[in-house]
Amino acid sequence: MTDATANGRRLPNRLDNPFKSAVLSWESLLVLVALGIFIANSFASPYFLNAWSLSDLTFNFTEKGLIALAMALVIISGEIDLSVASIIALASTLMGLALQYGADTPTLVAVGVGVGILCGAFNGFLVTGLKLPSIVVTIGTMSLFRGIAFIILGDQSFKGYPASFSWFGQGYVFWVISFEVVLFLVAAVIFYVLLHRTNFGRRVFAIGNNATAARFSGVRVDRIKFVLFCLTGLMSGIAAILLTARLGSTRPSIAEGFELDVVTMVVLGGVSILGGAGSIIGVVLAALIIGLVTFGLGLLNVPGIVMTIFTGTLLIVVIALPILFRMIRERRA
Amino acid sequence: MKLWKLLAATATAAVLLATPAMAQTRIALVVKSLGNGFFDAANKGAQDAAAELGDVEVIYTGPTSATAEAQIEVVNSLIAQQVDAIAISANDPDALVPVLQRAMDRGIKVVSFDSGVAPEGRQIHLNPSDIDLIGETIIKLAADYLPEGGDVAILSAASTATNQNAWIEAAKEAIPEKFPNINLVSVVYGDDDSVKSTEEARGLIAAHPDLKAIIAPTTVGVVAAAQVVTDQDLIGEINVTGLALPSEFKQFIDNGASQAVALWNPIDLGYSAIYLANALVEGEEAAPGATFSIGKVGEVTLDDTNSAAMAAPFQFDASNIEEFSKIY
Repeated sequence: MTDATANGRRLPNRLDNPFKSAVLSWESLLVLVALGIFIANSFASPYFLNAWSLSDLTFNFTEKGLIALAMALVIISGEIDLSVASIIALASTLMGLALQYGADTPTLVAVGVGVGILCGAFNGFLVTGLKLPSIVVTIGTMSLFRGIAFIILGDQSFKGYPASFSWFGQGYVFWVISFEVVLFLVAAVIFYVLLHRTNFGRRVFAIGNNATAARFSGVRVDRIKFVLFCLTGLMSGIAAILLTARLGSTRPSIAEGFELDVVTMVVLGGVSILGGAGSIIGVVLAALIIGLVTFGLGLLNVPGIVMTIFTGTLLIVVIALPILFRMIRERRA
Repeated sequence: MKLWKLLAATATAAVLLATPAMAQTRIALVVKSLGNGFFDAANKGAQDAAAELGDVEVIYTGPTSATAEAQIEVVNSLIAQQVDAIAISANDPDALVPVLQRAMDRGIKVVSFDSGVAPEGRQIHLNPSDIDLIGETIIKLAADYLPEGGDVAILSAASTATNQNAWIEAAKEAIPEKFPNINLVSVVYGDDDSVKSTEEARGLIAAHPDLKAIIAPTTVGVVAAAQVVTDQDLIGEINVTGLALPSEFKQFIDNGASQAVALWNPIDLGYSAIYLANALVEGEEAAPGATFSIGKVGEVTLDDTNSAAMAAPFQFDASNIEEFSKIY
């Protein structure tokens, strides 16, 4: 039996053998890709299989991965948020400003999280309250939030964050296990439960598949979308805390270009860019794959431009493969 | 079990592969971004230094986009490769500090060059030049072609530009000692704006009929002044000089509006950075007042912040502008 497809969207077929569908799923393909890259890296560089190397590797994706978890929900609901990197810039700048007024670490964290949520709520209000398309709104706020950061800082920088604050971006919980990677894993579990085990998650899928039908079924579409934008704002605020702590300083150009990396992770993770389908496990695996690829190629001193070509090709191949398989299967049937 | 065997085999292969690499010193030259002619030239110098030193391998690397975050990923992978030293031109003086401190904690020597890192994030910083050398050079550029002396004027950038003002002060101090027959008649400010710089250059020529040279220690002003001299048919009467990018300025050396200009030489900069990094790897201590040899470029002495100035700006004239205009 094959999965039923409607308008290109994949509906899970509960009649299939669950073991068989697990083996043939997107996530198992990603696990294979991740393992393949891991083994290739181990052979390509003598420095890869080392606890500290593997620990350093995680810093390549943890901050972007945290945002990708929330972004996955937004994209599943049929919207997008391109302002995440600019939220980082604004949150980081305002944390730096608070530092100038003598804020301590808990206050700095509160500022980062608070600014993130407020920015997300502003996006959410424009999308759900004024009924504007999210891609237009967040392209606008992308310039707006970073613009404010540039007005406050100009070509200056804020530095001198306390050591207790730097720990968030540079500290280790146990041996080589960094705080960032622990936070990422905890957040991944929370988002997994939220999306796959709660009514809220089910409604997100329903909105992404057919917002009108969801509304007629009693789902408060606007309220859920508003919450989703607040969530990406919150995760961007948390990423701002980690990144600021890791860099030990703030410049208005911080995290430039992160939004595209985040969207890449989400799409590579198997979330449909049209909305309605996707999983958190896929996004976590995609984050890991991007970390493995960038770090592995870095160990071989491959120039950055080749790295971007590689990531782009990987994205296209991983997305094209299942579609090719499906086409072959349909032709056979 | 298979996986463990595979991992064990990999680890063995890793050790075998790693051993020959340990024999030589590996120094990473980390630049702001790849695909930049200035840094490609620095790499050329770095490779020359490696060849002279022998037993040194230079790894030329950097991110595609000139951001601190991307550069940190590059440094992370260099730490993992256990390179012996990192010579970096930083995209951000502060954001690179934590990761470079981690590199130093793991025994990697860190030198910054061109665009520096805050003192706590590196052991030595190599400036292309320093204020006194630049001030002296810009007057010398004019004086070399005025054997009998004469009137010169300075066309600067904004009157508030800190570095320009410091160079002009240094130039004024150098004149009575070293160039007694040079007479500085005026300093005007073109604000690094082509239109304003052109007007100011015209004003200088009108106000000082005996003017022999215009010195513009700014890449915008020097082009504007040379264009004015060309347009007013004053080639041969007024020599334009200063700090200029060879690629932008080549036409004015070619048409004779300028005899020579100067700027930092990226080849020497990359060369010297590798010499400094190698000296640290060989156990020399970086401390204020310490002196380091930088091969054919000479030697440098560290100041209070462990910074060093490489040399006077490098001179471009008809003999070498062709070559350097292709680089930057």
